[in-house]
Amino acid sequence: MTATGPATVPVTAALALGDDALVLSHRLGEWAGHAPVLEEEVALANIALDLLGQARVLLSLAGDEDELAYLREERAFRNLQLVEQPNGDFAHTIARQLYFSTYQHLLYADLAAGDGPFAPLAAKAVKEVAYHRDHAEQWTLRLGDGTETSHERMARACAALWRYTGEMFQPVEGLAADWARLEERWLESVTDVLTRATLALPEGPRTGAWSAGAGRQGLHTEPFGRMLAEMQHLHRSHPGATW
Amino acid sequence: MATAAAQRTARTGADGAPDTADTTAYQRAFDAAVAADERIEPRDWMPDAYRATLVRQIAQHAHSEIIGMQPEANWITRAPSLRRKAILMAKVQDEAGHGLYLYSAAETLGTSRDELLDKLHAGRQKYSSIFNYPTLTWADVGAIGWLVDGAAITNQVPLCRCSYGPYARAMVRICKEESFHQRQGYELLLALSKGTPEQHAMAQDAVDRWWWPSLMMFGPPDDESQHSAQSMEWKIKRHSNDELRQRFVDICVPQAESLGLTLPDPELRWNEERGHYDFGPIDWTEFWEVLKGNGPCNEQRLTQRRRAHDEGAWVREAAAAYAAKHTGDTGGTGATRA
Repeated sequence: MTATGPATVPVTAALALGDDALVLSHRLGEWAGHAPVLEEEVALANIALDLLGQARVLLSLAGDEDELAYLREERAFRNLQLVEQPNGDFAHTIARQLYFSTYQHLLYADLAAGDGPFAPLAAKAVKEVAYHRDHAEQWTLRLGDGTETSHERMARACAALWRYTGEMFQPVEGLAADWARLEERWLESVTDVLTRATLALPEGPRTGAWSAGAGRQGLHTEPFGRMLAEMQHLHRSHPGATW
Repeated sequence: MATAAAQRTARTGADGAPDTADTTAYQRAFDAAVAADERIEPRDWMPDAYRATLVRQIAQHAHSEIIGMQPEANWITRAPSLRRKAILMAKVQDEAGHGLYLYSAAETLGTSRDELLDKLHAGRQKYSSIFNYPTLTWADVGAIGWLVDGAAITNQVPLCRCSYGPYARAMVRICKEESFHQRQGYELLLALSKGTPEQHAMAQDAVDRWWWPSLMMFGPPDDESQHSAQSMEWKIKRHSNDELRQRFVDICVPQAESLGLTLPDPELRWNEERGHYDFGPIDWTEFWEVLKGNGPCNEQRLTQRRRAHDEGAWVREAAAAYAAKHTGDTGGTGATRA
């Protein structure tokens, strides 16, 4: 697809990318007031804000941003299961960031280099995401190669989220990407970071054993429904109101 | 400060304290600098009490920024539109940033952030009592912006001219951001006030609950204010509590009218003779009770702060251990971005 303009934007792809950003931003926003150190209050909020900005552009390509964010049911969301996983401890949040930002950075760099409808957005976002990836890498190194406790926690977190990483490379309709190559580069990069962090690459399957699919098919994990309930309740309590 | 260089050399006695004759000379130079509206800088000589007062005040201010994140962060996950959510997240992030500037300003006086946080967690240093009130509805986010940040600005703008350089400079930056916060709060309330009847009622209810506590933010009346006189003399403080409170009331009354909301004070009326609005008596019993720890959220705020700190201990330890192992490659926390 080479033409540009909202009319030609593939809605499925805009929702997939937009929902990833929206949902991860929300999860990161839950850290506000709870971060382990003041610098991380600033950093996590910064990342959350970047993602929210991306989400707003992407959802607006697919329709009305607030209607899409606040009035869809759980089954209509197209985000990866990875990004909806609860924050857990700081190690889980960092492992989630490492897996996702590496993926997003590689994907957006490709999209930015192409001439598809997402190229302008990706060109701007790729700079933000480079920072997210760097932030996640630096913390993976510190936690993996810090103390015994932090090493253990980081290893546990990387393992726990491993099963949500396969879904990232399912082709998304309307996104021209070399998915197999993307996955190779992702694995290479994550292996490199984990090795430098003195962590082993987790073992085990990278997707759940459910033929119905996962987030991209609108199938989510149990915590996601509660997340949406919280996110949507005020908006839904005042139908038609403007804020 | 003009004679700063000479003083810097003299400050390095065995215990850091110059002898009595020197002290008198330094005191005179300090007094002259303050009188001439010069800035006192970290390496200048300063009276111990001046230093202690600044540490107390800057610490309390820094603590207020980070505790103040809690009542607003309470609504980030429920913000009713993506635009509002982005604004609120940015605001809460600004507050964390203000905390950072202020702890850094306190560090220039020889007090580390860890030391100050320990005192906060132990209940030995205070933060603004206003944050011991709960945010019960979305409109509270607006009321905090309009009234609480509005009161903070009224208090803080004069601090940009405070005699201590690092604090004054931090305040310049903080005040710029606070004025955005105040405006977003006003604008949020305006949208509610002009919205559905339910939204309007939500806005009015929030203003009813936040008005009086906001007036208390200026501190006790002048004749009961413990630290005021000395701080005024040192030019840390430039206006009295009651003066600032009056200035705030005068600003708010017409704004409330434009908002279409009522301030909950039947005695509020323009006094032609004074050129100010008269307002009703403040319930100081409530103020002192909240200050003592009996407000609706004192326990909750401090508990959450302690929990975040304690649960984050292993992260800070890991960062320190990593930095020690890899001195020279990546010491910081990765949080700094221009």
